[in-house]
Amino acid sequence: MKFERYGIGIAKGLRVTFKHLFRRPVTVQYPEQKLHMSRRIRGNELIWDKDKCTGCATCAKTCPQGVIQVITSVDAVENKYVVEKFEVDTGYCISCGLCIEACPYEALYMGYAYERAKYRREDVIQTNEQLLPSADRLRSGYMYPEIAAQLPRQTLLLERITEEEE
Amino acid sequence: MMIFNPDPSSVRQMPTLAPDWPGGFWWHWLLFTVIIIAFVLLLVMGYIWLERRAMGRMQARLGPNRAGPFGLLQPVADALKVMLKEDIVPVNADKIVHLLAPIIAFAPVLIIFAVVPFANGALLADLNIGIVFVVAISSISTLGVFMAGWGSSNKYSLLGAMRNVASVVSYEIPVVLSIAGVVLITGSLSMNQIVLAQEIPFILLQPLGFLIFFIGGCAEINRSPFDLLEADSEIVAGFHTEYSGMKFAMFYLVEYAEALVISALITTLFLGGWRGPILPPWLWFLVKVMVVFFVMVWTRTTLPRVRIDQLMALAWKFLFPLALLNLFITGIEILAWPTAIAWLIPVNIAVMVILVLLWSKLFKLGWGRVEV
Repeated sequence: MKFERYGIGIAKGLRVTFKHLFRRPVTVQYPEQKLHMSRRIRGNELIWDKDKCTGCATCAKTCPQGVIQVITSVDAVENKYVVEKFEVDTGYCISCGLCIEACPYEALYMGYAYERAKYRREDVIQTNEQLLPSADRLRSGYMYPEIAAQLPRQTLLLERITEEEE
Repeated sequence: MMIFNPDPSSVRQMPTLAPDWPGGFWWHWLLFTVIIIAFVLLLVMGYIWLERRAMGRMQARLGPNRAGPFGLLQPVADALKVMLKEDIVPVNADKIVHLLAPIIAFAPVLIIFAVVPFANGALLADLNIGIVFVVAISSISTLGVFMAGWGSSNKYSLLGAMRNVASVVSYEIPVVLSIAGVVLITGSLSMNQIVLAQEIPFILLQPLGFLIFFIGGCAEINRSPFDLLEADSEIVAGFHTEYSGMKFAMFYLVEYAEALVISALITTLFLGGWRGPILPPWLWFLVKVMVVFFVMVWTRTTLPRVRIDQLMALAWKFLFPLALLNLFITGIEILAWPTAIAWLIPVNIAVMVILVLLWSKLFKLGWGRVEV
């Protein structure tokens, strides 16, 4: 005689829900509270290192969407290319990260931020200086373990339920 | 003297009628009408808040917490929103029936509170047939529901309403039979007398009756796990599919007011009503009503929804025979041992456990293929 079928199962279920009543809720009150993202997040922006970039346009060739545009001119004295324009239409970017993997000079990074929605379509196209790293444009650890090591650990919701009240 | 029956002399010592107000009957009527309407509307809001918060916490969520402290004003915000919404009536609808349905569904719920005692003698009308009145009036709500289904000229509304009527008609029988057990012990139909008779709460003397009443009551008001005809996470709302704005709010109100009625009835019939030490009677009543509703929320969070055939089978194959047996056993106990009370409590609980186990063994669905 299995007592699970005669009410014990219901009692067990009731116990589980009652326990949950005193657990910490997983809800994140988003605009006020934010979780740490994965350290290797492919955030919705590209970060470009101007000094390392040689204008080889490998990134533009790899891009499956064709959203990277590189225009260079020739510096005959130094015998190298000068990047005139480095433009990314992030509206079409699918955050695949292939440009970062392809760059032979480690001059491109994925962004760590994920809140880069824009009000206007033209704001989505980013050029030269808009792509440089800054305090609020952190680089993600995607493809670069040494950057990942400096970023905070990702918060997991599972840990949030079980951890003590702060 | 039967110990189940309250001694007539002891009843007389406690006034069963409210003290005579200046102006007499009409003041009494006005006061309690205002109290009942305020009580129902406020507690419905409290219920909605409690349900959403408690259910949220049981599912490791927060629940509404934006409007006011702890989200207490969320029902107010919802009510405001729903009042400002457009009232849409389908082209083919039976306009008058469509309009009357929410009113007819809501009015009986308010009327039932006329006979629910908030304290000793503190009730609108101490009818000597109180509980029969409740049973009679509570069925009228179903009419409103069916009118809503019919008047909407929508097959899904009509189907939902038909299922609702079927479940209410089926569950009425075990519910009334379990009430009859309580009435047998009390020897009176008056709600106030039933409370006065509960030296020990009837949940101990009538554990099986309580179980049947709780399950049947939950099914009758379509609360989860029996809310398959308006299953909010699966289908469109059932009989109130075509309702919007204030009319929808009325049905929402009815849903929670009915839950309030069932918890008030359980409190009065099985948990000793307003009786309790230290605290004032009305507060005891309120606390018990809230505890009963919390149990309802608790079961709602825990149990999965049943199918329509399971719903019907539970009423007719499980609750109905058990309710009959419960009535039979109660009758025998009252005839054979009218004075014995203490040793009947463990016996009754044992009888309940054995009967439920035995009947679960016999309970089969669909030609015995699936055991539930």
